[in-house]
Amino acid sequence: MALGAGIVRAWRSVTGSDVFYSFRSSKVTVAAAIVTAIIFFACFAAQLIAIQDPYDPANLDLSVAMRPPVFWGGGWDYPLGTDDQGRDMYSAILYGTRLSLIVGFASVLLAMTLGVTIGLVSGYVGGATDAVLMRTADVQLTFPAFLIALTLDGVVRGLIANKILPFDHDAIAVPVIVLSLGLAFWPQYARTVRGAVLVERTKDYVNAARIIGVRPWRILWRHILPNAMGPVLVIATINLAVAVITEATLSFLGVGMPKTQPSLGTLIQIGNDYLSSGDLWITVSPGIMLAVLVLAVNLLGDWLRDALNPKLR
Amino acid sequence: MIAFLIRRLFQAAIVMLTVALIAFVLFNYVGDPINAMVGQDTSLQDREKLRQDLGLNDSVPVRFARFVGNAVQGQFGLSYRTAEPVGRMILERLPATLELSFVAALFALLVGVPMGVYSGLHPRSWTSRILQAVSLIGISLPTFLIGILLILIFAVGLGVLPSFGRGDAVNLGGWTTGFLTVSGLKALILPSITLGLFQLTLIMRIVRSEMLEVMRTDYIKFARARGLKHRAVNFGHALRNTLVPVITITGLQLGQLIAFAIITETVFAWPGVGQLFVTSVSSADMPVMSAYLALIGFLFVTINLLVDLLYFAIDPRLRTAQAATRVS
Repeated sequence: MALGAGIVRAWRSVTGSDVFYSFRSSKVTVAAAIVTAIIFFACFAAQLIAIQDPYDPANLDLSVAMRPPVFWGGGWDYPLGTDDQGRDMYSAILYGTRLSLIVGFASVLLAMTLGVTIGLVSGYVGGATDAVLMRTADVQLTFPAFLIALTLDGVVRGLIANKILPFDHDAIAVPVIVLSLGLAFWPQYARTVRGAVLVERTKDYVNAARIIGVRPWRILWRHILPNAMGPVLVIATINLAVAVITEATLSFLGVGMPKTQPSLGTLIQIGNDYLSSGDLWITVSPGIMLAVLVLAVNLLGDWLRDALNPKLR
Repeated sequence: MIAFLIRRLFQAAIVMLTVALIAFVLFNYVGDPINAMVGQDTSLQDREKLRQDLGLNDSVPVRFARFVGNAVQGQFGLSYRTAEPVGRMILERLPATLELSFVAALFALLVGVPMGVYSGLHPRSWTSRILQAVSLIGISLPTFLIGILLILIFAVGLGVLPSFGRGDAVNLGGWTTGFLTVSGLKALILPSITLGLFQLTLIMRIVRSEMLEVMRTDYIKFARARGLKHRAVNFGHALRNTLVPVITITGLQLGQLIAFAIITETVFAWPGVGQLFVTSVSSADMPVMSAYLALIGFLFVTINLLVDLLYFAIDPRLRTAQAATRVS
């Protein structure tokens, strides 16, 4: 009984909040949220609703390669057709979207952890540490994140080619991309958090905490950081869309996910070879999926930015 | 002015040195220059002798100085993949990339500014709303998807424009240009639209928001009160004052264009440096990678420096601010 009342109260406090009101009053945002939710759900239920496991080489069957989708004159066995290896496109898109999302979330998490930590340290310690960290961020921000991720990927390939790293690149493709993206995206978090720390550290509550003997690290994490989390969340949402695009781009360029374990970008690249012969479906369906996913996440990010911006209230 | 210039030059030099250091580390520690030059059957003694002769056993600062000295002269050793001199490989392909980026920037400016002005002057009209929606989609679509979409429509569907290559390029004393032949110009259309679309939406959004802001200011009201024509107010007074941020952004985006040309070049099989970079990444060709990074770094730093100077030249307030601080 108490639990039920608690849930009702929690639900009321969510539905009664300003943020929820601004969410409900924007039809586009609600639509974007529904689309995002459907995509997330489909991806995490991929094993249940897919026809086959597209990463299992035993499921590849060359005799059914290049079958067109249903609306293109194909059969219901493969609703979205098959690729050049006889892989079911519907299953490949589900698994590929899941892979793109996993890589996206992991790299955003890595970039956020790195950036927030560096920003906190830089803003609180100041001095030479601050100067070195922020100049590094400046230099990195001069270059597009995509170029940095591409270079880092090349470095790992170089290390593998010279046997400095004892791995096969295809086997560690996911961690390599996550690392490349994470290291490419940290500066924007670091700058935002540093700015917030510089503002917050002079306020009375921080001084009060310091006077009663709270340790600096605890002040940073428990007192200052919560006040800087709003903008960080906004950056993270938009960053997720950018990370998904960047991963797809790297895979499309042939340096991201391998063909044995395709993400959305890899699928589009596979189909790219068959465009001129008129077999468009291998590229078009994952392309639409990617565009819809990124657009929905971008719309949510835009809304979150406006909803959390006190100036616009 | 002089102090500002010196400070900016100093910052540019530091960035350039950092990039050079990264290129140096890539060149020397990620790849092995000796392995690339000799065959499998070279003995360890011969390798050691070669190492000594090439100065690879010298101290790190000496080698870094030599690396920078060579890089300034455009020497980055031989490619691991093709055994050609890297400097020449890049020089051969640079004109293609620069022409593509230039046309893309021109396209973004010539289309983006009028679109931004229009939607800034009539923010509530249907055309402006459609432009805003399209620009959101333009930002959300990855570059390579836009390229594929254009290929599908204009090359596969309508068959009016080529989907790959540069067409017939004319060699003018080492600079190959596609501007002089019909096929070269036709081949430029789709890639430059693909490359410039993101910048176009960006420029449009900036011009729009700047216009909206400027139109609310008092001097626009006074200009209207004085009975000036709409045309004179809109273009003579309003647009002029929006141009400073537009020029900054366009300048900074020029560097981004050269880097994002990597994607466009891959989609359209455009024979530029970006495509060379992707090939070198996938085959771990360290000399080419480090040379490309050094080149891009140099271009970025130069462009940033020029934009800063341009900013200074355009906005008289900056000059007076500097003068004021000097007097006080």
